[in-house]
Amino acid sequence: MTRLPIFKLVLATLVLGALQSVVLLQVNWFGDAAATATGPIDTLMDVTIVVSSFVFALVCVFLGYAVYKWRVKPGDEGDGLPIHGNTKLEVWWTLIPVLIVVGLAGYSWAVLVDIEKKDADRINVDVYSQQFEWTFGYPDSGGKSSEGELHVPVNRQIDFKFHAQDVIHSFWVPEWRIKKDNVPGITTDAVITPDREGTFQLICTELCGIGHTTMRAKVVVESEEKYNQWVAGLKEKVSPFLLTADQAFEAQRKAEEREKGIEGSGVEETGSGDHSD
Amino acid sequence: MALRNPGWYRGALGFFLGAAFGFGLVLALRAVSGLDLFQTEDTGYPHIVVPMITAPFGFLIGFGAFDYWFRWAAGKPTVPEDHSDHGATRWQDYFKFNTDHKVIGIQYMVLTFAFFLIGGLLAMLIRAELAQPGSQVVGANTFNGLFSTHATVMIFLFIIPMFAGIANYVVPLMLGAPDMAFPRLNALSFWLLPIAGIIFLGSFLAPGGAFDAGWTGYAPLSGGAPLGQTFFNVGVQFAGASSIAAALNFLVTIITMRAPGMNLWRMPLMAWAQLATSLLVVGATPFVAGAQFMTFFDRILGMNFFNFLEGGDVISYQHIFWFYSHPAVYIMMLPGFGIISEVISVHARKAVFGYRLMALALIGIVVLSYSVWAHHMFVSGMFSWLRVPIMISTMLIAVPTGIKVFSWLGTLFYGKIQTQSTAMLFALAFIVTFTVGGISGVITAMIPLDIHVSETYFIVAHIHFVLFGGSVFTIFAGLYHWFPKVTGRMYDERLGRVHLWLTVVGTWLTFVPMHWIGMDGMPRRVVDYASQYGDWNLVISISAFMLGAAQLVFVYNMIVSWRFGPKAGSNPWRGKSIEWLVSSPPPVYNFTAIPRVVGGPYEYGTPGARHAIMAEDEEGATVPTPEPSKVTAS
Repeated sequence: MTRLPIFKLVLATLVLGALQSVVLLQVNWFGDAAATATGPIDTLMDVTIVVSSFVFALVCVFLGYAVYKWRVKPGDEGDGLPIHGNTKLEVWWTLIPVLIVVGLAGYSWAVLVDIEKKDADRINVDVYSQQFEWTFGYPDSGGKSSEGELHVPVNRQIDFKFHAQDVIHSFWVPEWRIKKDNVPGITTDAVITPDREGTFQLICTELCGIGHTTMRAKVVVESEEKYNQWVAGLKEKVSPFLLTADQAFEAQRKAEEREKGIEGSGVEETGSGDHSD
Repeated sequence: MALRNPGWYRGALGFFLGAAFGFGLVLALRAVSGLDLFQTEDTGYPHIVVPMITAPFGFLIGFGAFDYWFRWAAGKPTVPEDHSDHGATRWQDYFKFNTDHKVIGIQYMVLTFAFFLIGGLLAMLIRAELAQPGSQVVGANTFNGLFSTHATVMIFLFIIPMFAGIANYVVPLMLGAPDMAFPRLNALSFWLLPIAGIIFLGSFLAPGGAFDAGWTGYAPLSGGAPLGQTFFNVGVQFAGASSIAAALNFLVTIITMRAPGMNLWRMPLMAWAQLATSLLVVGATPFVAGAQFMTFFDRILGMNFFNFLEGGDVISYQHIFWFYSHPAVYIMMLPGFGIISEVISVHARKAVFGYRLMALALIGIVVLSYSVWAHHMFVSGMFSWLRVPIMISTMLIAVPTGIKVFSWLGTLFYGKIQTQSTAMLFALAFIVTFTVGGISGVITAMIPLDIHVSETYFIVAHIHFVLFGGSVFTIFAGLYHWFPKVTGRMYDERLGRVHLWLTVVGTWLTFVPMHWIGMDGMPRRVVDYASQYGDWNLVISISAFMLGAAQLVFVYNMIVSWRFGPKAGSNPWRGKSIEWLVSSPPPVYNFTAIPRVVGGPYEYGTPGARHAIMAEDEEGATVPTPEPSKVTAS
């Protein structure tokens, strides 16, 4: 059995992996960034790209070498060497991947905790989605509302609460990196801190019917004064239809109670009188 | 009398009787209840839905699927050894209720490949529409129906049953079994499939168009969708029942019908993979059936499983659905892993490296795959505590998968790699392409990254790298590998290589750019998109057309070689497992006497070592005693 040029193969893997990493890191994968969460998320992506590059290079180099070295010559009807395995090697290629994925999982967890941290001075914005339009409510400013256009101040954390009226929709501003489903019957939420002024697009990413493609809204991130002026200038309030037809609040309150209810009384109120249908 | 014997005439009669029964039942019950005879508002249409269930059963009864069981149940004399519906001598025999696992295997492979072409055609329409921003070919409603049926046909009617078909043909042979454990159930499993196919595709004729809530059919969108959605609910039941019955059959066959001497550790990895897959199918498929029944009841009977206005829970649909549909990804991958192990071992003339760990990795994937379903739901609003445990188990599943990739590489080392074989080239292309799908899988498992990429073209890229670069490549490897066994003829390797390269290049050019546009902000399941993605989409569409056209080379090669190819002989690849030790195609009952298994399935390079001894050899009594395998230095 010829000795394997292990050193050369590993070197080739490292070189190819490094080369791939460098090329792939040149690509601006996620596009523009406009929120504080993008920093840790994009770094996590870069780290993952580097790790993946080396894994892919490893497979390519070893496969390429094997095919180059041991491709059969015409007329050779012989068999390969009767090697059935190598326990030590098999243990290694089980353990090392475990370490890699556990490491990446731990890192992801840390990033997740980081991007979901809530600031004390955050402001609340309600998002109401229905086929096929977006409505926004500003409860901190007296329940004002806007349709098809969302304004938020820059450098303040926004605590979004999502309400869906009919089917599932999903809230996504690619430049913010955050996505959340709007689920009928419950209220979901996400915190986002925009850190760049500008105009962005809000995209519905959960298939919601025939108009799914066109279910977009304009997102304007502006200075806090401008934002306050804009909200003050709003005439409409959140329509009672959105508030009452949405029994979501009630269901959500109950769900939260259940969650807390482990130490609570567990007794549920019946009939809040709000929806007598 | 043609109408008294099982077959197409009686089947047609049964179909009409079944339809009339269902139709009459609905009308009678509605008349008795004082309702309008026809209910066509909303999601109802009971006079179409009920016949959609009763007519197929009428057909199956007429066709002869239940004749033997009915006779037995009624206490009438049955002939246990009645083989009149076994084996094929004419092409017409392939259109009958046939109990021969080899005939059924061919029926499966040909039918599911036809569905592959239909599903591919739907994909071509999708890519034609998406080639440029704006509206090209179809409107939003039709488009939603196109991608929903594309996915459904490819998953339920091509990949899953194609693997069942390949395994149907080769696994009993590999085990040294004369047939599957339950031949009649096996035939029934097959005939449920065309029914599912007709129902899925028939939904295009329904008022309101084909089902268009995606193959995922999320409630409540699917709850209020037009009639076509019911076709999906019902079609999944037939495809699922087919899948479950086939899996039970495989489990019993693999556990009880192995040839003497074949203990579990002498079983080819193809059989191991089928065992693992069947465990998944039997455990998980009832969940998708359940999810669709619940949606069905919500739609037809006014129940409120997922109706949030009446206390239904919207997210529970996703939990039930993905509890099947994530394991389904492995149902669509594990048989391919088995095929690749066989192909690489035979065409590298080497034992599979780390055979036992390979088998254990399959079982490890089965166990882990039941614990990862909720990674499809990181942004769904489910309880947030579930996300991190699911992320960890999802990422851990990369470990047994990695073991398989490394072991295949290990198998190549010190082998004699037959790079002229198209089957082997597809296996090698699979390893590289599937690795990319695996890596993007780890990326989508990482919650902060998944929050950004979920429901975008990145996901479309990932699933196609896994299902096309993964499952479909393994299917091609398997079809090329066992083509000589099934047909007794050789295929054209030159055309095979043309097909290979067009397919590999087409796959990469089509699906790689989807990663970029997805991460940059293009959501999936949209009929139109921002103009900045126009150029990449044009590249994708052109590559997709090339990929589609490449499959015609395969079709041509298979048809012409089947008819005119040079004779293959029983063992053109010099394989060691039992299917290569019988003639090509094998005799009707596979073996004159059951073979005796005396060693592992991959004893390449060990002089005199054998996997099995055929009855014909035993008579000569000059069988060399196999030597224990050992590593020899050179």
